[in-house]
Amino acid sequence: MELWQQPAHKLQKLLSEGEIGARELTVAHLKRLREVEPQIQSFITLTEEAALRQAAQIDERREAGEKMPPLSGIPMALKDNFCVQGLPTTCGSKMLKDYVAVYDATVQRRLRRAGAVLLGKTNMDEFAMGSTTEYSAYHISKNPWDTGRVPGGSSGGSAAAVAAGEVTFTLGTDTGGSIRQPAAFCGIVGLKPTYGRVSRSGVMAYASSLDQVGPLTRDVTDAALLLNVISGQDPLDSTTAPEDVPDYGKFLRRDVAGLRIGVPREYFRGAEEGVAAAVYGGIKLLEKRGAVVEETSLLSPDYCSNAYYIIAAAEASSNLACIDGVRYGYRAQADNLQDMYLESRGLLGPEVRRRIILGTYVLSGDAYKTYYLQAQRVRTLVREDFNKAWERYDLLITPTSPTTAPEIGAGIGGPLNLYPRDDYNVSANLAGLPALSLPCGLSQGLPVGMQLIGKPFAEGLLLQVAYSLEQETEYHKVLPDVVTADSEGVV
Amino acid sequence: MLTTKQVEEIAHTARLALREGEAKEFTRQLNQVLEKAQILQQLKTEGLAPTINPLPLTNVLRRDKVTGSLPRDLALANAPDHYGGCFRVPRIIE
Amino acid sequence: MQDWETVIGLEVHVALLTKSKLFCGCSTEYGAAPNSQTCPVCLGHPGGLPVLNEQALEYAIKAGLALNCRINYSCKFDRKQYFYPDMAKNYQISQDDQPLCSQGYVDLDVEGERKRIRINRAHLEEDAGKLTHEGDLVGAPSSLVDSNRCGVPLLEIVTEPDISSPAEARLFLNKLWNIIRYTGVSDCKMEEGSMRCDANISLRPRGSQGLGTKTELKNLNSFRAVERGLAFEAERQARLLAAGERVLQETRLWDVEAGVTRGMRSKEGAHDYRYFPEPNLPPLSLDAAWLERVSQTMPELPAAREERFIRELGLSPYDAEVLVAAREVADYFEEVLQHFSGAKAAANWVMGELLGRLKKDGLEIADCPVSPQHLANLLALQEKGQISSKMAKGVFEEMFNTGKDPKAIVKEKGLVQITDVDALKAVVDKVLSANPQSVEDYKGGKDRAFGFLVGQVMKETRGRANPQLVTKLLKERL
Repeated sequence: MELWQQPAHKLQKLLSEGEIGARELTVAHLKRLREVEPQIQSFITLTEEAALRQAAQIDERREAGEKMPPLSGIPMALKDNFCVQGLPTTCGSKMLKDYVAVYDATVQRRLRRAGAVLLGKTNMDEFAMGSTTEYSAYHISKNPWDTGRVPGGSSGGSAAAVAAGEVTFTLGTDTGGSIRQPAAFCGIVGLKPTYGRVSRSGVMAYASSLDQVGPLTRDVTDAALLLNVISGQDPLDSTTAPEDVPDYGKFLRRDVAGLRIGVPREYFRGAEEGVAAAVYGGIKLLEKRGAVVEETSLLSPDYCSNAYYIIAAAEASSNLACIDGVRYGYRAQADNLQDMYLESRGLLGPEVRRRIILGTYVLSGDAYKTYYLQAQRVRTLVREDFNKAWERYDLLITPTSPTTAPEIGAGIGGPLNLYPRDDYNVSANLAGLPALSLPCGLSQGLPVGMQLIGKPFAEGLLLQVAYSLEQETEYHKVLPDVVTADSEGVV
Repeated sequence: MLTTKQVEEIAHTARLALREGEAKEFTRQLNQVLEKAQILQQLKTEGLAPTINPLPLTNVLRRDKVTGSLPRDLALANAPDHYGGCFRVPRIIE
Repeated sequence: MQDWETVIGLEVHVALLTKSKLFCGCSTEYGAAPNSQTCPVCLGHPGGLPVLNEQALEYAIKAGLALNCRINYSCKFDRKQYFYPDMAKNYQISQDDQPLCSQGYVDLDVEGERKRIRINRAHLEEDAGKLTHEGDLVGAPSSLVDSNRCGVPLLEIVTEPDISSPAEARLFLNKLWNIIRYTGVSDCKMEEGSMRCDANISLRPRGSQGLGTKTELKNLNSFRAVERGLAFEAERQARLLAAGERVLQETRLWDVEAGVTRGMRSKEGAHDYRYFPEPNLPPLSLDAAWLERVSQTMPELPAAREERFIRELGLSPYDAEVLVAAREVADYFEEVLQHFSGAKAAANWVMGELLGRLKKDGLEIADCPVSPQHLANLLALQEKGQISSKMAKGVFEEMFNTGKDPKAIVKEKGLVQITDVDALKAVVDKVLSANPQSVEDYKGGKDRAFGFLVGQVMKETRGRANPQLVTKLLKERL
């Protein structure tokens, strides 16, 4: 098995036992990256030299007998909305093409301290608004399972990079499914933690009350490993929770027998047959392991997605006002300030501008009450709806997405998601709940993700159930067969 | 229903230049979105407090301590235009 | 003008004296190099998040209590949105529908009557940066932004339209200034912008209840500017109304040099600030224990102090008012009383010699070279008769110039008053025998001659003779 195919917890072992070196591992991934990147295009920025330097330092420290932190030498990448001091942070936008971050996101600081080696910044829909990477101002990333298809989004580059073996893990952000949906499309594990579990400091905001940072990994064990490193209260983020961070690895081997699992029927109605079949298949395996499964009912996802679009657009319209070309970012030549603002921000892509206009509208005049306030009240209903479910169930299971990865240009998630399929992801964001997407099968050769939703701070339970299912399947071991560039000419 | 003129005004409020034909296109799309959002009115929400943030925290405070600032070069490093340590912007016409 | 009643409401911003900004750890120190006190949070860089300064919250509560406000146990922060380059995020974190403090008041003494000015609200918000223009705002080729002030904590205090004249507005501001300075939460320096005032003014026919169209006055950079600007504006509106014209609802700038207000080019329609709750800041939930904790740090406020000075120290209402009008003066006075018990004499000295001398040199009491302890010592010397009041004034000047203890000065210069009867008798005899003509004149009924003889004794003793004793002895001999 090639090094680039291995999950972090396996590499960790090889590194600590001296079987391989960090530099060797980085080189292996960079080689793989060069081979597949022309097809996959996961990245916006590569940091090869810095990565090699960092890896070499880790080797030296290890050789000197230092006790190494848990991710020492593991190659990774960050979605391009995470600030890393001295590196471009474009957020997938031309407005920030030349923006160089002036500080590190808290999670990047934690990852660096844990020894993770940054190989680059991954592609995303502009300011995380989209679900395919087709709204990236740079390029469309391709799904490693079928390069004619999208990897999902907005953390599409992050998911594709892991699935294609370019890096071992990545971090993404999830405002309405942006970690889970691309993880499902690319056949990997994606975890959106409880709102407040992970610091958002240094991560460009889309919708501040919905955004959450989380890992995209090859398997469940890696997700637990990552969550251990990035979780916890941050004095720089007032919305991080004071709850203790347990060792998430300890949950993995716990028995699922007797756990009560609710399966909300509303989340299967719009699902493709192959998707539903794969998810039900996974549920059966959990039943086999002793979980108690019951069909249940939740508020229709349709309400959730409508409330979500209004809230997300409202917050985004405000959060993106800082992108104005005064202190940083693109500035159009103009004779006066007003025109400077208009023309500079006119560089934002149409989808971003559409959502800002929607958000600006729903916060103004009478529309505030009709749309924004009503949506925030519906949000309370969504939370209450989940709270009722928690009286009966330990967790809920749904498909992550009603479909497998669509073809590029198919128009899913089109303008403002006007022609959306049912949206199974946003309810967890509205209620701030942890949710995990796990590969649970294939439908016509494409990965299907199962979504596990838990109570606040029940990440451990989600990991436990996901791990249990993972033991029954091989999906986390199956890697897509990316047609690599021929040896000639590609460096 | 939003009119094209309203959409143009909102775009201006948000300081967004629109390209040829976009005002009309956006108006149509936004109206579809708003029409769809009407289903939210079906839900009974009287007396419900809005959820501003899903995390039930209160009184998150920091001590009054100076923890330092960016070196000025770094604060200005990304500025499209600066002069005398200040960000420079084109003339302001009200 | 006599046909109209003036209705004024004020919006006062005071900068709170915290070390760091409202939502980040940048210093708030005044006068630093442009943009040297900024960070990703106050510059609105991607990923910057606000975290509330506890001290700013406590200061705001303290000011609210001092202004007799209700402190709202539940409150939150909101974003007020508009594009302007001095605001890094293009929104200001402020408080909209749930301010921290509401329903307070300040009582004024207007021509001997108590008048209550109600405070509608006082809320916390962040300051914007400083914008400077090359030349005028309009017509400058470009403007410069210094973000050091971005995020400095402000308390915005909004009155009800209870103020009925420009002079009353000034009186209110003075009172507010004093109260806030007493609480110690702000230094309220208008010249440094740590206190700023906007005013809303309208006229209505005398005796009517409705409100006329108001204008908002800005650029009022001193208490005097507030009074003058409002006076001009009241006249201007009265002229318009008398001529049957309409007052335009607008924002006007006070031009201090020209002594007029000028309308700003009207903005596109009414502002819709699109307020919405700040999702990055959890709400506040205060309780009685919180208020109790803040109350314990509350100093005695001017009104209570004034009353105590009258009641316990026996000062006249006038003296008490003058002393209390600036916290530092009253503090100084009370410190003098720590070492000297004659309140009346101390009050006279502080209000007379001390403040007069400071004013002469343009000094604040904080910079006074004479310590309260030294002043007390001087007063004691005088009271014990060791020096005369005239000598005391000379010694005070010396103290002011050198910062020395009066005891040392008196000793150095041999300034001790001669109270020894025998010693003085000898001097008196000497003077009498040297001035027979004056003795004759006095005996002949010329009172002025007596004064001359006293003067001669004082001259002989270089001013050190006790004047009462000299008088007594002279009279005995004559």
